Amino acid sequence: MFRNTYDSDNTVFSPQGRLHQVEYALEAVKQGSAAVGLRSKTHSILLALKRSSGELASYQQKMFRIDDHVGIAIAGLTSDARVLSNFMRQQAMSSKMVFNRPIPVNRLVSSIADKAQVNTQEYGRRPYGVGFLVIGQDQSGPHLYEFSPSGSAYEYYAMSIGARSQSAKTYLEKYYESFDDCSLEELITHGLHALRETLQQDKALNVNNTSIGILGPASQHETSVPSGGGFRILEGEILQPFLDTMVPKETSAAPATTSSDDDVQMQE
Amino acid sequence: MTSIGTGYDLSASTYSPDGRIFQVEYANKAVENSGTAIGLRVKDGVVLAVEKLVHSKLLIPEANRRIQAIDKHVAMATAGLLADGRQLANRARDESASYRDNFRAPAPLKYLADRLGSYMQVYTLYSSVRPFGISTIVGGIDENGPSLYVIEPSGVFYGYYGAAVGKGRQLAKTELEKLNLSELTTRQAAMEAARIIHLVHDKAEKHFELEMSWIGDETNGLHLPVPKDLFAEADAKARAALEEDLE
Amino acid sequence: MDHFPTNWGRPRNDAFDAYGTYPIAQRPYNGLKDAFAEGVQHTQQPIVTGTSVLAIKYKDGVMMAADNLASYGSLARFKDVQRLHPVGTNTVVGAGGDMSDFQYIQSLLDGLMIEEFTEQDGHSLGPAEIHEYLSQVMYGRRSQINPLWNALLVGGFKEGKRFLAYVDLLGTTYSASTLATGYGAYIAQPLLRKAVEGNEDKLTEEEAMQILEANLKVLYYRDARSLNKFQIAKITAAGVSITESKSMDTTWSFAEGIRGYGSQTQ
Repeated sequence: MFRNTYDSDNTVFSPQGRLHQVEYALEAVKQGSAAVGLRSKTHSILLALKRSSGELASYQQKMFRIDDHVGIAIAGLTSDARVLSNFMRQQAMSSKMVFNRPIPVNRLVSSIADKAQVNTQEYGRRPYGVGFLVIGQDQSGPHLYEFSPSGSAYEYYAMSIGARSQSAKTYLEKYYESFDDCSLEELITHGLHALRETLQQDKALNVNNTSIGILGPASQHETSVPSGGGFRILEGEILQPFLDTMVPKETSAAPATTSSDDDVQMQE
Repeated sequence: MTSIGTGYDLSASTYSPDGRIFQVEYANKAVENSGTAIGLRVKDGVVLAVEKLVHSKLLIPEANRRIQAIDKHVAMATAGLLADGRQLANRARDESASYRDNFRAPAPLKYLADRLGSYMQVYTLYSSVRPFGISTIVGGIDENGPSLYVIEPSGVFYGYYGAAVGKGRQLAKTELEKLNLSELTTRQAAMEAARIIHLVHDKAEKHFELEMSWIGDETNGLHLPVPKDLFAEADAKARAALEEDLE
Repeated sequence: MDHFPTNWGRPRNDAFDAYGTYPIAQRPYNGLKDAFAEGVQHTQQPIVTGTSVLAIKYKDGVMMAADNLASYGSLARFKDVQRLHPVGTNTVVGAGGDMSDFQYIQSLLDGLMIEEFTEQDGHSLGPAEIHEYLSQVMYGRRSQINPLWNALLVGGFKEGKRFLAYVDLLGTTYSASTLATGYGAYIAQPLLRKAVEGNEDKLTEEEAMQILEANLKVLYYRDARSLNKFQIAKITAAGVSITESKSMDTTWSFAEGIRGYGSQTQ
């Protein structure tokens, strides 16, 4: 069931100059559950929807801490994410070791992008099947990047990846101009609203299926935040006060599902 | 292309019966789909300009650059697959650094273009790799003054006074040919570069952002983004010129 | 009969292999061993050397001084060597010890700064990062038992903060508001401390310059590997500036009165 002759190998250009294997890898990202990232003048945050394969199973980890000043949320193949996040940690540690300097976030993101590019050009490899949202803080303030298997990385005001992320993107595009001046609480509420857009119709965000990653000064609902507002992941009961800030969705709102973008359960 | 689907176009290591290497031609297609990049070699320096297509309004303006510095005195602008461009730039930095290690001098532009051309050519020889999906404008200043080269996916490189790659290259080349490049200053060239990028941008396409940098006497031989005030002036003039044309 | 032409004309060891039956790979070798046969030897002493570097903190930043001499043993071999090296716009590295090793360090730093420049992302390496990097390089090399034979001072000014620290061939580091390497560590350091400690925020540029010149003069009188030709670097909010070479008036008339040294034993 090949889509065409030019898609079985990542070392082959199609006559249109496209790389189908890379495009399919981008599809793998869309199989993962959604993640959303936003940034204000003071904070950058990540929100992610966790899946579990059943009542008796735990929820699949969606966020990883890289360093005090960097954290990521993933969508796609978790095992690929672990390889890349380990690499990011090594890069961060090496910067600390050699220069005693937290690695500039853009350079960290570029380093995995460059690593991913190699897998799009050489035979016997496959492109990574995972996308990242990376938040970080350095001298130039809070940042949010998207990394994708094509080996590119872009900086955004706000972004979403994963299953039905287009719906979240639509929400973010509507409100992103106000994010800059948001408080942390307001930013999280926006994030939750955006993440909610990616849910299947009968589902809701709760303390079990949601993760929030934060960089920046503490919120009033947080306790024991690292000094300097380093990266932390909130999960479980502590999420309740944040979930409570969500404004109930208008029931008339049209469900944002499309048939091609279904929430497929995937072996990760 | 009548040979599509005949099986002679599935590998860089295969010739078609009439002696073509289709994979390299397809790589050129990747270049043609990309935003235009131009380079101007003028009296006292080099100006590079890029039509950066903006695929989302959530992108942060000016943050995602497509012109990359290779050394103090060299920069490159790529058209094609962005990630390939970064890979080649990293290679170029290694080449430039290794030249400095060996000779304690900044690398001549021709040397760099030659090395990068050879590097890209290797990727047209084997089925185990694909060619680079980029055309690259390399510009800078060396002991012979300003210098500008374009390296294509096949690995060939040519020197230019004015170069254009990417989607709007035909129109851009026509515009570049009208200029008396060897008499212009970098300041004037920045104005012309901005005008050309605005001109070749296809209105039906996505929104775009102009990105411009230069190397020359004005920058003490360093590669730097064009200063904000000059950039704003060039950008505004380019927009105005376009409006005039429409009327 | 020895069938191996390479052994012809060389003493044969009949007791060992009278008939030349050894396979080629194991044939006895009578020639010279190569230069590395005794093992690889790394730098065990410096060759062309620079002497003290002095540096102090003052009101506007950091000031550093070193003379222009590179000695070959006790011979004053090169008299126009600059031992203060600017790194970017916020840092100066001054070196005593082996000058070829210092030149290598300069090329390392220049390469590093070009890498940093090509990122063009607004991040830059300041004096603290340069010092950390150098300490890793120096410690790494000494751990390979192949040290870069230098004592380095790193001085700088970035984001309103003065920085001054030391690193040497062992990878040892420390930081203080006055630092000196080599002979200066014994002769100048006590004088510098007396003049600077507690006054870091008061000393003007002129005063700082005077302190360093006075100490260079003391060193020139007492250090037989020094030269009355030196440069002074200052690193302030305005960046790095290094003076042209200059010298001071010195008086040697007292030398006639010295007794009990050299040929004048009475």
